[in-house]
Amino acid sequence: MTVHGGVGQSIKRKEDARFVRGKGNYVDDVKLPGMLYLDIVRSPYAHARIRSINIEKALKVPGVLAVIRGKDLEAANLAWMPTLMSDKQMVLPVERVMYQSQEVAAVVADSRYAAADGVVAVEVDYEPLPVVVDPMKALEPGAPILRPDRKEQTNRIWHWEVGDREGTDKALKESDVVVKENLYIPRIHVSSIETCGCVASFDAMGKLTVWMTTQAPHAIRTVFALVAGLPEQKIRIISPDIGGGFGGKVPVYPGYVLAVVAALKTGHPVKWIEDRSENIQADSFARDYHISAEIGATRDGKLTALRVKTIADHGYTDAAANPSKFPAGLFHIVTGSYPFEKAHVEVDGVYTNKPPGGIAYRCSFRVTEAAFTIERIVDSLARKLGMDPAEFRMKNFIPPEAFPFKSALGWEYDSGNYQGALRKAMDIVDYDALRKEQAEKRKRGELMGIGISSFTEIVGAGPSHTFDILGLKMFDSCEIRIHPTGKAIARFGTKSQGQGHETTYAQILAEELGISSEDIAIEEGDTDTAPYGLGTYASRSTPTAGAAASIAARKIRDKAQKIAAHLLEVSPDDLEWKDHKFQVKGVPDKAKTMAEIAFAAYTNHPPGMEAGLEAVDYYDPPNLTYPFGSYICVVDIDKETGEVKIRRFVAVDDCGTIINPMIVEGQIHGGLTMGLAPALLEEIHYDENGNMLGGSFMDYLLPTAVETPKWETAKTTTPSPHHPIGAKGVGESATVGAPAAIVNAVVDALAHLGVTHIDIPITPWKVWKILHEKRAA
Amino acid sequence: MVLTEMTSAGDEETGPFMNVHVTVNGAPRSATVETRTLLVHFLRENLSLTGTHIGCDTTNCGACTILLDGKAVKSCTILAVQADGRELRTVEGLETDGKLHPIQEGFIEEHGLQCGFCTPGMMMCSVALLQKNPHPTEEQIRRAISGNLCRCTGYVNIVKAIQHAANKMAGPSGGGRP
Repeated sequence: MTVHGGVGQSIKRKEDARFVRGKGNYVDDVKLPGMLYLDIVRSPYAHARIRSINIEKALKVPGVLAVIRGKDLEAANLAWMPTLMSDKQMVLPVERVMYQSQEVAAVVADSRYAAADGVVAVEVDYEPLPVVVDPMKALEPGAPILRPDRKEQTNRIWHWEVGDREGTDKALKESDVVVKENLYIPRIHVSSIETCGCVASFDAMGKLTVWMTTQAPHAIRTVFALVAGLPEQKIRIISPDIGGGFGGKVPVYPGYVLAVVAALKTGHPVKWIEDRSENIQADSFARDYHISAEIGATRDGKLTALRVKTIADHGYTDAAANPSKFPAGLFHIVTGSYPFEKAHVEVDGVYTNKPPGGIAYRCSFRVTEAAFTIERIVDSLARKLGMDPAEFRMKNFIPPEAFPFKSALGWEYDSGNYQGALRKAMDIVDYDALRKEQAEKRKRGELMGIGISSFTEIVGAGPSHTFDILGLKMFDSCEIRIHPTGKAIARFGTKSQGQGHETTYAQILAEELGISSEDIAIEEGDTDTAPYGLGTYASRSTPTAGAAASIAARKIRDKAQKIAAHLLEVSPDDLEWKDHKFQVKGVPDKAKTMAEIAFAAYTNHPPGMEAGLEAVDYYDPPNLTYPFGSYICVVDIDKETGEVKIRRFVAVDDCGTIINPMIVEGQIHGGLTMGLAPALLEEIHYDENGNMLGGSFMDYLLPTAVETPKWETAKTTTPSPHHPIGAKGVGESATVGAPAAIVNAVVDALAHLGVTHIDIPITPWKVWKILHEKRAA
Repeated sequence: MVLTEMTSAGDEETGPFMNVHVTVNGAPRSATVETRTLLVHFLRENLSLTGTHIGCDTTNCGACTILLDGKAVKSCTILAVQADGRELRTVEGLETDGKLHPIQEGFIEEHGLQCGFCTPGMMMCSVALLQKNPHPTEEQIRRAISGNLCRCTGYVNIVKAIQHAANKMAGPSGGGRP
């Protein structure tokens, strides 16, 4: 017997009812009596000394109430704030600006328009300083030291390495074939359609409430308490409906802090909502990894070793959103789907005159960089060996029977069947027929390519022995209350930004408790009511909070079993949980539903037992989860224009147990589109003076419905052995896996011309140039 | 905390101002606004119709799409005063008599939305398309919504949602409702 809205059902989403009516409640929809507006003066220079800031004219602008400068904050010890990576960043500069569009001053006014008028009237006198844009040059002797405030007088933030350096060197030296590629993964921006912002308000008792675009409201509350010295019970962070996050709403941006300061100063609620251009130019970035990878194999095509060196451009501060112990995130998942015996990875973080980088772009802490590297270079190696890339992968995959598998760089993969996923993708796309077609087309001079990416993800951070952010362990939580009438409310420490938690969490609870998902309300995002948790990013909600839901529900079942025994006048041991109710073993007629048990919990509970039916669980995952998939992309290239057209894209994903197939498919569609974006369209450029080229949607090209192909999806199911319901998380798999498939397809189409790699984004201009250089057009 | 000196607001009036009268979702509404006020701010802040969203400052994203005299427009790129005397339809006006519009049903049924932020603009653009072209091809749908950005869904299900609405509006029960 199935329960309505249980695990595995494609039920429609609960949250849609308000969104399709325009009744969502996003931060910019919050309107409080007497609310003021804050707008920000930004630097036109990438590096400059501030000689003076004249605010006299601004203060005379009608509607302007206050202007806040760095020196005003310095007096309150708030000019700088800590980053998540033990670095520090400016709220407002006192001496120097470090990147173009950096916040320089804040204007508070009684309307949006007046605040913008005030911004224009602030006069800042700058003395331009030498700009460091290229991270390689930043490391050269004599380069200007960008952060003289640090003890280490170098632009190298940190050096981090893992693996067996000597063993890898030796194994590569002894390999029959070695391939090396330099891969640049450029700076890109998440650009959720809702920008960032907040409304900050103090009540008469001095309690601060901040409605805020944040993916991690509880951690933000603690950070505010520690940084601003406010007692934590007097801070309430509310993360209302969030219009997409993708990692961009994890950091604390200066605007949030300025709104709080302005609310304190003026005694009025203050709203700050950034414009899109501000969002693209100043909010944290993703990627910007300069990667050099070497891979070795025996003559007959068996992988031997992998060596990866990377320069990571972090901008002027290390404000990455990584677990504390991992300055390069989980980049050392870079051995991917293959059982390397030897591997070594080193990364150097570098300061430049750019906004802070290092946040994720719909991926779990640098997993995309890792998956792109291994899937790109494995393809190059197969080509050098003259082997088909599918055959080469099949030969080298970690076999299904090897799980749990310990990787050369220390991860323990929970489960997988990589051959199964690739075989399925090849069958769907009819791989052999495509290869024949390609050979025929090549004879006719037509350009067609087939690209494969068989990626392994690492998500669900994470086990408390290894994973923390600012010391906060990366558990997550669920609290369930079952009401007397058998309906329930459950609250979580995570925060949906479109993933559909109100629906999927209810499905997990429905399955565990035998209550229809329609009768379970899900709440997140209000720190005054929800249990503490580290939030939603890195595909961690299902692996952590989803697991907490199961465990909390099972705690409720333990108590419910005793109540059922009391009602049925049998011993609890005589009962079994079957068909979503407790029944006397072998006597299905003698049973109690959760609704009957819940009523008894408040009206007729057993003597000596507490009344009520509630539970809470703070779930500390024993391991991470390792979703995987195999993608095959087929492209046709227009020789005249260099345009790459994706003819087909087949995505076979395995995220373990699926809670709602409709939602999982939607997540994959969206993830694939955010994989296509950096592969073909998106890149943030800087000129030599540190001017950002392309700081608006006019130039930063998000995929539209026209560029986005009709994605084809399929699945295999390999449950996680350690997750309570076997689920692994899926929100980011496609973004991680897709770019390599697309690039491999383009390179495959041009390989006969001697092309081994093209840096992303692969624009028509880049392809056209190659075709002309090779005289192939 | 030491902060800069504050000034008092409202010493001088900004302006000029104008009284703007519009019909929104069938009802007459009016407000006095600065003449530079964008239509999207007029809707959201003066009329409290917050279903119309703002996602960019360059007329690219389409989150603010509404119908102006039946045509889809980006309300961030029109002044409120330009809408004076005209008829507006926003997402709040799609549902009538407690019954969802076929496009709203389509988005729910086909999972055409995730975070919901682009959804109102996407639906209003779709309604305008289906008024002009009740039986669009997939290619025509993709072209029609190419001025509306979605970061969550990858568009596949949005296309299906619009096809769902088209079928429903053409079918016997849909009654060809605009």
